Amino acid sequence: MSTLPNHLIMAPILLPFLTGAIMLLYDDRQRQAKIGLGIVSVILQIAVAVELVSVAKEGLPVVYRLGDWLAPFGITLVLDRLSAMMLLLSSVLGLASLVYAAAAWHRQGQNYHSLFQFLLMGLHGAFLTGDLFNLFVFFEVLLAASYGLLLHGSGQTRVKAGLHYIAVNLTASLFFLIGASLVYGVTGTLNMADIARVAAVLPGGDRPLFYAAIAFLSLAFLVKAGSWPLCFWLPAAYMAGAAPVGAMFSIMTKVGVYVILRLAMLVIGAGGDAEEGIAAEIIMACGFVTIAFGMAGVLASQLLARMASFLVLVSSGTVLTVIGFALEVESAAMLTGALYYLAISTLALAALFLLSEPMNRDDGGFAAMLALTAETYGFEEEETREVSPARAMRGATTLLALSFLISLLVLAGMPPFAGFIGKVTMLGAAFEVEGFSPPVIWCFVGLLILSGFAAMIGLGRIGIQTFWGTDDPPQQVPVLEVAPILFLIFMLILLSIGAEPVVRYMAETVTVLELPDYYIDATLPTNDLDEPNVEAPQAPPSPLMKRGAP
Amino acid sequence: MEVILSLAIGILCGSGVWLLLRPRTYQVIVGLCLLSYAVNLFIFSMGRLSPGAAPIMPRDGMIDPAQYADPLPQALVLTAIVISFATTALFLVVLTAARGMSGTDHVDGEEPRE
Repeated sequence: MSTLPNHLIMAPILLPFLTGAIMLLYDDRQRQAKIGLGIVSVILQIAVAVELVSVAKEGLPVVYRLGDWLAPFGITLVLDRLSAMMLLLSSVLGLASLVYAAAAWHRQGQNYHSLFQFLLMGLHGAFLTGDLFNLFVFFEVLLAASYGLLLHGSGQTRVKAGLHYIAVNLTASLFFLIGASLVYGVTGTLNMADIARVAAVLPGGDRPLFYAAIAFLSLAFLVKAGSWPLCFWLPAAYMAGAAPVGAMFSIMTKVGVYVILRLAMLVIGAGGDAEEGIAAEIIMACGFVTIAFGMAGVLASQLLARMASFLVLVSSGTVLTVIGFALEVESAAMLTGALYYLAISTLALAALFLLSEPMNRDDGGFAAMLALTAETYGFEEEETREVSPARAMRGATTLLALSFLISLLVLAGMPPFAGFIGKVTMLGAAFEVEGFSPPVIWCFVGLLILSGFAAMIGLGRIGIQTFWGTDDPPQQVPVLEVAPILFLIFMLILLSIGAEPVVRYMAETVTVLELPDYYIDATLPTNDLDEPNVEAPQAPPSPLMKRGAP
Repeated sequence: MEVILSLAIGILCGSGVWLLLRPRTYQVIVGLCLLSYAVNLFIFSMGRLSPGAAPIMPRDGMIDPAQYADPLPQALVLTAIVISFATTALFLVVLTAARGMSGTDHVDGEEPRE
């Protein structure tokens, strides 16, 4: 199909794994070597992700069979447009976060760099895998790494938030296991493509059990995606983490959203009956309430990191709602806008998390309110770190203020930046969708606009207090902290200017997503083997199979 | 056998959930352990119960697969046990740290006000 050495698909998982493992062999004091190794590895991962995106763009999903076992028996990695895009997004975030951590944070505890690489490995694995149980394993890898990263730097706030975070996520993992094993019990397979194939022809008696399994799985993913009412752990955990950790966490809710999108399109979309509608309505309702909850939280927050955590909720709620819409009716244009919005909001949120630290380090008029908030929520103040003038950057405050402004405009969905394009695409498509009562559409439109408005009010307030409300001389910010923020902002501007090819890419992504036969045919062997599953009859041959590669 | 296994899973799961919702960290971790036992048994039972059947076929070729137990859930259970063991150990460390820092074993890090 392409000239790509097929094994390259393994690279996004193997690179961080090997890097992290090698780092473990060295003493933690050799931080310079570790940071160098880590950055080289992340840059390689970006290069691989770019290459994989260009491969995925060419056509059908590319399947890598581990150990060359045939699909329903062996584990597969599946690369399509959606997973390639998520890979690129997470490795770009990884670079920004890692460089930021090099300024100071990686000195605050043990094994930061190894944990960071393992987090990337888990993320990349979750995006690539085509196997349900393998997905569980990669989820656990990324969660275990995230537990360590969240606690990085220690302190009572982090340990308290970490305790809740770990307890909630362990329980969610158990739900995942129940769901995965039920799916296996009903369909006799764990390969996602095979599940979709079997689910389409499942006998009537098994269907309720299968839907129960999907409900268990969704519960686990909705916890990860931070959907209301499963999201109360999220703001405390995200704001407690160190700034670069928070930036990385901003993509972790998107893993949940990604898996919901992937499975919903493959499995529920393939069912095509009344239950599909119920699932769509539940996802949509969860999304609506999540946006409203996040919006209220944004308006109530006094600290930038806390506000950014609530904006994470707004962002994942928006994408969830659109997934609900897309499941219920054909609304490819809306989903296109949502995927574009997912990418840019993740970048902007990561920039906000990174900004939250240099902006709060100031002891101007903001400090009094900070202390008040800290008292209210029972948070202790971080000890301020002195920045040596040699590493400080001149004019940093101006750059930070500009970066903050651009992130604000992106998240509020104001022109001329990418947020506007994403929201306009979603809103424009919402009115063209058929099969919904106008109140639902207006509810979506209203929430989308109001949440942007709330983001503008909340972030504007904090920006005014931080940048205009103080008479103090500009603070010292090291270059290493400004550079990654500028990098993320540069990516946002790039995505705004180059919106057209990106949106076209997303549109192709959605087209393929809505035709799960592409994914299924690419994964499963086309020649008829011995029927591996006694319970379900063979699926009828797909019409797309004949058409072949474009 | 089905009844006994279902009862065992149900009791483990029920006690696990009850303990998980308790306010003390030690109760939470014991609850998580019990829940993970219940889930492991559940995964195992998803491969259908077949007493006295081995999951591995002998070396000399195919024999009737119906006489053997499904090996996949057993492999899954092994993985799940290892992972839950590791995460429980990690949780235990966090729990001890929280106890040391806050001086209380309440999950919120402070005693509830009377």
